[in-house]
Amino acid sequence: MPRVQVLIRPKSGILDPQGKAVERALPALGFDGVSNVHVGRLVELDVEDVSQVDAMCERLLANTLIEDYEIVS
Amino acid sequence: MKFGVLQFPGSCDDRDAVEACARVGDAVLLWHADRDLHGVDAVVVPGGFSYGDYLRAGAIARFSPVMESVIEFANDGGLVLGICNGFQVLTEAGLLPGALLPNTGRRFVCRQVDLEVVDADTPFTNLCAPGERLSIPAKHQTGRYHAPGLDPALVVVRYAAGHCFNGSQDDIAGVRNARGNVFGLMPHPEHAVDPLTGSVDGLRIFESMAAHVGAAHVAV
Repeated sequence: MPRVQVLIRPKSGILDPQGKAVERALPALGFDGVSNVHVGRLVELDVEDVSQVDAMCERLLANTLIEDYEIVS
Repeated sequence: MKFGVLQFPGSCDDRDAVEACARVGDAVLLWHADRDLHGVDAVVVPGGFSYGDYLRAGAIARFSPVMESVIEFANDGGLVLGICNGFQVLTEAGLLPGALLPNTGRRFVCRQVDLEVVDADTPFTNLCAPGERLSIPAKHQTGRYHAPGLDPALVVVRYAAGHCFNGSQDDIAGVRNARGNVFGLMPHPEHAVDPLTGSVDGLRIFESMAAHVGAAHVAV
């Protein structure tokens, strides 16, 4: 069965407090020069019919008002 | 007046919602796996962490069997009140506009807030005066309301100046649908119905619903 990964990210332009927190934490550990940090979700699935994954994203896996998704096979 | 309060795995404010409803009418719990709404006049989708908030708050609960009936009930004009997680469920179900994002401060916050009644001409606020303040507790981590292009006429309650802790767009605390029969808010009116806990302002929401349903019965 094909293995599919779905990457779900906060939509650009929407404040991402988790990303901000990570961005602020890194310099404190000596990692400078880091910007635009965003934290999203990874959903991995084995599916018989890969063509259904887009509909799965639209209906359940992502909320497209606030999130973008990307299907990686 | 018969209220039905939904109960999902992970709901935690269902009992308080029943207590609040029982002060103005009859109240029953409606189990998430049961499609039958048992003839209730209004549905309350309570607070908590339905299905553990897995994936996104409200995302799984929105597809539960009882929600299929609630969506039908709402589309027929039935009164539906969503509180906190219930508000999240109603936005996920598409019954209310917008979405709830994590608080800008990232933390779970529990505090008494003042709400300002923006629209007192709804089935949920008809016993309030426009601009009236209601003191009601709020407790959530995912309450930042986001609805690009929202019709301002749909805003029912706002956090009073200085009381919005979650970063909500235009300090919006609660909105209704265009028809006016579905209302969701993040703060918890069901926790403000007894002087013992400091405020009875939340009771006004439930009393308004009962007044609306009572008036509808008289009209029939």
